[in-house]
Amino acid sequence: MSTTSADRPTTRETPRYGDRVFAGLATGAGVLILVVLAGVAGFLLWQALPALTAAPEDVRGGEGLFSYIYPLAFGTILTALIALVIATPLSVGIALFITHYAPRRIALALGYVVDLLAAVPSIIYGLWGVYVVAPASVPVATWLSQWLGFLPFFGPDPSASGRTTLVVGVVLAIMILPVMTAVNREVFLQTPTLHEEASLALGATRWEMIRMAVIPFGRSGVISGAMLGLGRALGETMAVAIILSVAAGVHLDIIGTANSGTIAADIALQFPESSGLDVNTLVASGLVLFFITLLVNMAARWIIARRAEFSGAN
Amino acid sequence: MAKRIDVKDLDIYYGDFLAVKGVNMVIEPRAVTALIGPSGCGKSTFLRTLNRMHEVIPGARVSGEVRVDDQDLYAPGVDPVGVRRRVGMVFQRPNPFPTMSIYDNVVAGVKLNSTRMKKSEMDDLVEGSLKGANLWKEVKDRLDKPGSGLSGGQQQRLCIARTIAVKPDVVLMDEPCSALDPISTLAIEDLINELKSDYTIVIVTHNMQQAARVSDMTGFFNLKATGEPGHLVEYDDTQKIFSNPGQKATEDYISGRFG
Ligand SMILES: Nc1ncnc2c1ncn2[C@@H]1O[C@H](COP(=O)(O)OP(=O)(O)OP(=O)(O)O)[C@@H](O)[C@H]1O
Ligand SMILES: [Mg+2]
Repeated sequence: MSTTSADRPTTRETPRYGDRVFAGLATGAGVLILVVLAGVAGFLLWQALPALTAAPEDVRGGEGLFSYIYPLAFGTILTALIALVIATPLSVGIALFITHYAPRRIALALGYVVDLLAAVPSIIYGLWGVYVVAPASVPVATWLSQWLGFLPFFGPDPSASGRTTLVVGVVLAIMILPVMTAVNREVFLQTPTLHEEASLALGATRWEMIRMAVIPFGRSGVISGAMLGLGRALGETMAVAIILSVAAGVHLDIIGTANSGTIAADIALQFPESSGLDVNTLVASGLVLFFITLLVNMAARWIIARRAEFSGAN
Repeated sequence: MAKRIDVKDLDIYYGDFLAVKGVNMVIEPRAVTALIGPSGCGKSTFLRTLNRMHEVIPGARVSGEVRVDDQDLYAPGVDPVGVRRRVGMVFQRPNPFPTMSIYDNVVAGVKLNSTRMKKSEMDDLVEGSLKGANLWKEVKDRLDKPGSGLSGGQQQRLCIARTIAVKPDVVLMDEPCSALDPISTLAIEDLINELKSDYTIVIVTHNMQQAARVSDMTGFFNLKATGEPGHLVEYDDTQKIFSNPGQKATEDYISGRFG
């Protein structure tokens, strides 16, 4: 093998060179993301600064920045939470059905349909919300108000148009369903056969097996999926802007005519007609949204890390 | 508790593929029966038909009879879930539930039987099962820690504790020591020896010495050729199989002159 001496340097050199290029690209991409993030945060802070320092009576609404943003933040979190409360069990249920109950053909078809939901533009969801969900919600809202009226969420006179926080929550739930279902489906599929068989061999029914092996194994994945969905719901703009009939202030009643707006929708609606300090105010509210999303993600990580010792990872 | 298993003309299929053909054997109660044979001859497949675990694999089915104390496990209307509660199984790789504590792992099967149990009864059961699996001394101070934090051998004994906690009639073990070191293996073998006074035990093993050490009866499975179904070549007292087998194939396999 006289060629080896000539071959060796090149065959050794190539992977090293490739390694270095790849390492450089990966590092560059990582740094770029950090720079962009810092840039966004810096831009928001800089643009929001005038509103932060302005006199209260100059800020839109006339009562200061805090009074302007706080109801919007409340509305943002409330609608997103409603969406999450609806979408979490639904997506877990669909994902379990697809992975553990449905015959393969039905499972595939259902998977496609759910994925297709993700391809629908949010403006379409908004229109669907206004023309279909809102009217359909009126009898439900009346029922809720009648029988569950003792809860602060269901006030005495439900909205006749149905353009309520509840309807926004429902539409947001449908919008975040695909991403949550996709994540849940992935994690449930990864349940080790070993653990599924362990529970079946103990005499577990299929549902008991799911409760013993599949759900505990997938818990942190379900939480991550929910956080992805929550992030999307918090930032959703068009659908909310179209559907919700907004009134200033904080409104716990989710079926009434007066509803708290959301930050993203408020920015979209107000921005075209704003100038000067009003723009700074809107940017400040955007900054708050940024922090809410950040906090949500950190909370999710904390929840997942706290359970790490008992997670399926080891 | 221990029950006799009576297998008659059992054919086992994966879809259209006949994996094991024409097994007839009587597995005695309060004894250890070892199944040996070359890889792919269908030992695991056969073992899993004894508690209907093979049905978990799509397309897998059997024809023939498996009677446990004269009840056919495959008679119409028999619930596989009920069968698995009476015939427990320990797997090749230790598989405690990673999300459960040691305590919860032991009672996992008992909780399924949905009869409400007092905390004190439950504590006694955990202690009894862990003692039965020779694990109590090692874990009694950390019952609330995850089962996945134990060593491989301890995990396997935890799985045995979990299996005997539901008080089955039969315990099936598929190469329970193949992932363990020699010391853990000896611990499990001692345990099998103790358990046989209460249970019918069937163990698959690739280790001839192990089969000779722990079992009372031995069944040798073989393949005529690759692609052919596996079948039971010989089934007899372990003593006889290892000293004076009736078949040439058995002798070749045991003495290592195989293939
Ligand atoms: N899930 C399955 N689907 C289809 N065929 C299978 C499946 N599991 C096993 N088989 C086939 O059944 C036959 C018996 O396999 P089995 O696992 O029972 O062998 P074994 O004796 O346990 O082997 P080993 O000693 O290697 O564990 C083999 O031909 C195998 O390919
Ligand atoms: Mg096997």
